Amino acid sequence: MIFLELFINALIAGILLGGFFAAISIGLSICFGLLDTVNLAHPTFVVAGAFCTFVLNDRLGIDPILAGIIITPFFFALGWVIYSAYYQFFERTSAVALRGLAFFFGLLFITEVVLIMVFGVDHRLVNAPYIGKSFSGVVAGIEFAVPYRLLSAFVVAGILTLGLQAFLDRSYFGRATRAVHQDMMALSLMGVDPVMVKRIAFGIGLGTCGIAGALMIIVIPIEPAVGRLFIGNVFAIVVLGGLGSISGTLVAAMILGIAESLVATFFGPSWAPAVSFSILLGVLAFRPTGLFGVGDTR
Amino acid sequence: MPEDLLKIQSVSKNFGGFTALSNVSTEVRAGERFGLIGPNGSGKTTLINCISGTLKNDGGTIIFDGQDLDGMKTHKRTAAGITRTFQIPRPFHSMTIMDNLKIPIEFVSGIGASQREIAEQAMSLLETMGMAGKANEETSGLTQIELRKLELARAIAAKPKLLISDEAMAGLTGNEVDEVLEILIKFNEDGMTIIMIEHIMRAVMQFSQRVICLDAGEVIAEGSPEEIVKDKGVERAYLGV
Amino acid sequence: MVMRYKFEIGCVLFVALAFTITQVDINNFFFFAAFAVLQYVMIATAWNILGGYAGYINFGTAGFLGVGSYTAIGLIQWSDVSIVGQIIAAAFVSGLLGLAIGYFTLRLKGVFFAIATLALAIVLETVVNNWDFVGGAAGISILPPRNPELLGVLIVDRKGGGIFDNNKELLFFLIAFMAIFSVWVARVIEKGKLGRGLNAIKDNEEAAECMGVPTLRLKLIATTISGSLMGAAGGIFPSYLTFIDPPTAFNLEFAINSLAMPMIGGTFTWIGPVVGALLLGTVQQVAIVTISSELNLLIIGVMLVLFVTIAPHGIVGWFMKKK
Repeated sequence: MIFLELFINALIAGILLGGFFAAISIGLSICFGLLDTVNLAHPTFVVAGAFCTFVLNDRLGIDPILAGIIITPFFFALGWVIYSAYYQFFERTSAVALRGLAFFFGLLFITEVVLIMVFGVDHRLVNAPYIGKSFSGVVAGIEFAVPYRLLSAFVVAGILTLGLQAFLDRSYFGRATRAVHQDMMALSLMGVDPVMVKRIAFGIGLGTCGIAGALMIIVIPIEPAVGRLFIGNVFAIVVLGGLGSISGTLVAAMILGIAESLVATFFGPSWAPAVSFSILLGVLAFRPTGLFGVGDTR
Repeated sequence: MPEDLLKIQSVSKNFGGFTALSNVSTEVRAGERFGLIGPNGSGKTTLINCISGTLKNDGGTIIFDGQDLDGMKTHKRTAAGITRTFQIPRPFHSMTIMDNLKIPIEFVSGIGASQREIAEQAMSLLETMGMAGKANEETSGLTQIELRKLELARAIAAKPKLLISDEAMAGLTGNEVDEVLEILIKFNEDGMTIIMIEHIMRAVMQFSQRVICLDAGEVIAEGSPEEIVKDKGVERAYLGV
Repeated sequence: MVMRYKFEIGCVLFVALAFTITQVDINNFFFFAAFAVLQYVMIATAWNILGGYAGYINFGTAGFLGVGSYTAIGLIQWSDVSIVGQIIAAAFVSGLLGLAIGYFTLRLKGVFFAIATLALAIVLETVVNNWDFVGGAAGISILPPRNPELLGVLIVDRKGGGIFDNNKELLFFLIAFMAIFSVWVARVIEKGKLGRGLNAIKDNEEAAECMGVPTLRLKLIATTISGSLMGAAGGIFPSYLTFIDPPTAFNLEFAINSLAMPMIGGTFTWIGPVVGALLLGTVQQVAIVTISSELNLLIIGVMLVLFVTIAPHGIVGWFMKKK
């Protein structure tokens, strides 16, 4: 009975966690999966978003989720600028693709170090009415508790990810983004500037870091190095889901959230990072295209 | 009955829902000059990729020199005697022209030879191609025809039994096309079997002893150049009538 | 005969020089700082074998180093193994790690190998954090052996009877030897068939494979050699620091430096990582005293981004163009 109770609670936490993971991964799914730019710095930018949320919440008392929405345009602009630089120096000259990786790794590093210099290495939290309380109940003899902060993160994440998916599937811009992934030349022949499409798409990808960052600091206390803990998660999710598939990312996020939650409950939380990495290696070894991937991996 | 160097039996290849090749069968005899034509997107390069091992065919068998190629890695197929060129030339851009040629020599046709012997082999091949003067130049300064010749030279440096030339003449002038044809015919006379993929009909007609035509992943015609040119199916495929 | 082995003779001379330095009475701080710089020469050179020659970027240098360090510690805890034994074992284990990671990811685009290595260091650090045998999260102290012997010869003796007067001198000599050895290995690879094959892979992997280069095999070899050398550099680390904990062994600084030094120095030749390591390493040793470590890392990060975008052939490349 205890086992079942633990299991159910772990499952609930896992699903909620999965929603949160989806929010932090969807930006990368756009940048990496649709634009072929391996933005290694993505998790670190999410952490930067979390710190910005912290500042707005701590100094001005703004609700974290609202803060996340406020900072989104700034991250969009940042994404625009970064992609323009990347395109100028790397894609246009079709330089060795791996140099682009070093570029993003450098960005990751710079961002993290700047965060350390500005905020120090202490953990930071935010305050909001829905943080700190849980919603508990008993169903069929099993006690469960749902922390409000996880629940609110889940709801916001759901709106963000499903909204983005719908946007990319149905809108003209979304179709243009998919087209740019498949055939840049054809797109430009149809009168659409592929570079502008990519700039906007990358901006959107980075824009998610605002809200995702807000969710992150709602769910866990953050400090600058936390971004690196999530690298395994985020890439495992995007690869497992399959490059180029947003719905794949959402499904994979759920799977990973549940897996990590179960492992944390039954084997201890310190083993959680190993879960994402094992999944990543496993996918790469046995099914590199992931669950719903559309690209080629060779 | 002349020996079949390459036997392609019911080869098929799918990409997701798209069928690139469907039940493709043919043979290429040793020493033959074989033409492969078809409109864009008909599956020619996909077939080449399956033969060279870059792609794995989903169905069917490919037998080369009596050996089933299934599961054999590309570099082993090269060692077995198959080389190919790429539609868009892929030179090793950080190396000189001579060094480009040395790679297949060092790894395939001249294994165990000394550096001096390898250099000699590379140089003599460059002379045959008429590029000896540029041996130590970087690839970035080459003209189109020179890039195409380098691409061919590199594939030939491996001393293959079967050379697959993928649109080596695209975009070349009439004289340049003749130049490349001359090179290919010379090596064929020395014993090399050559499969030529081309859109330039004059080249295909002049060069090939036998031609097959692909359309939408299927073989729609097979025969001598004269027969192919008159084939109604081929006409329809190219003109879309 | 002499001309042909110019490089090897140079290496032997440098080893002799390193030994001579240890016999002279110099401030221990010199050995301390020089050790760090030489360790980076080794690490940068090792990284470049895969990153520069083959074009496969490894972000998990810290993982390979950390595994090497903890292999050494494991051996110290388990039985009385000499430092040379520790280093060799560390190289072996890290080499195996490289082979394993490579086996899973090198069949795919280079990007996936890079991603796997990025996550690697974190995961390994987590594993070690939970492993009490090697000290866990709290770390572990190493007491260097008092009078170590190797094959009956007394190596270190404070009273002057051994080859070296103290442990720092021994470690300095060892890292100097290993650094020179790594550079020699890199050069042998670069000038040989393996190097030419890796170069072809870097330029155009698909074409290389079609031209008969066994790309997977060569990549695995390069990954294993690179990993082993990094592991060896990690194996000597615990004895040098006398205290190791996971954040130190898996330090982020290794990740950025092992990338920045070869890329700033120049990745296409063995000289590049050496120049990059000597330059950046020395600057960092000096700067550590004057500026904060964060600012130091920030500068390295910015320099990396600048060099990668503007001067892709590095310092050595810039000089060679001028000729």
